[in-house]
Amino acid sequence: MSAELVLQIVLTVAAALIGVGLFGALSQQSIVMIMMGFELALNGVLLAGGAAWYFFAPDRADAQMLVVVALVVMAVEMAMGFAAVIAAYRTRQVDMIDMAADLKG
Amino acid sequence: MLTDLSAWAVTAVVVLGALSVAAGIAVFVVDSMARATFALLASFLAVTGVLIAFDLDYLAFVTALMMTIEMAIMAVFMIMFMMNPAGLMPMTMVHNARGSALVGAGAFVALTVGIWTIDWPVGEVTRPADSTRQLGEAIMGSHMLAMLVIGVGLFATIISGTLLATARGRYDRFGADLRAARPNDPVPGGLPR
Repeated sequence: MSAELVLQIVLTVAAALIGVGLFGALSQQSIVMIMMGFELALNGVLLAGGAAWYFFAPDRADAQMLVVVALVVMAVEMAMGFAAVIAAYRTRQVDMIDMAADLKG
Repeated sequence: MLTDLSAWAVTAVVVLGALSVAAGIAVFVVDSMARATFALLASFLAVTGVLIAFDLDYLAFVTALMMTIEMAIMAVFMIMFMMNPAGLMPMTMVHNARGSALVGAGAFVALTVGIWTIDWPVGEVTRPADSTRQLGEAIMGSHMLAMLVIGVGLFATIISGTLLATARGRYDRFGADLRAARPNDPVPGGLPR
């Protein structure tokens, strides 16, 4: 199988993960489920970054750094998301974003 | 150019890729939030398998460890805060599902059209003997600035996460006008301002 075909298949999988994650982040009401949507989209970024390293430039570490940055973004998103959930729940027992619609600017 | 991957590895990449997408869809289909958490974990572990096929053993290992712990924390959070975490009552908690599906499908189609129409620059490449060593040398050398920024960002996350999640703010400790000489803590001994 040609390398380009394998690359295209992997990138299509990554695109599917990003699409499903976007759907989840936009459609879910529960704050934790929205975070799961973001995580799924970032999962696609991890996959695409790994594929980019393997097929384009394995002699350079740039794509590996991209994967590291995506992992860090995931960690930061989860930490701040959970902290925001705790803050919102503590002040007004909110666990769904529609219950906090008055925060809309 | 033929890929360096063996036929087995290509098959594994395709199967794991399909598995990761199927698990990703399951996240938003299953009733129970606990099941959704483990479906997301399955999706991450499938991507980890693909990364191993791409010789990125270290990044795969980090991803697997991080996501396993993260999903465990997420399961605890659901039990703490969310209604109906076990999915005992069938319920949907979505809004604007149609528009969201359109946006998600639109993003997928746009990306896929690009992926299958671009003439990718795949050619002869030289592979490093050890991808982990390559990453380590980049972090400590040419990409140190990126790691410095990441470090500062993570530190800021620790501080702001703690601030957001803490129950007692400065107004609880020092009064509405912030003029109390000593903080009003449940356990005395806190530092004054």
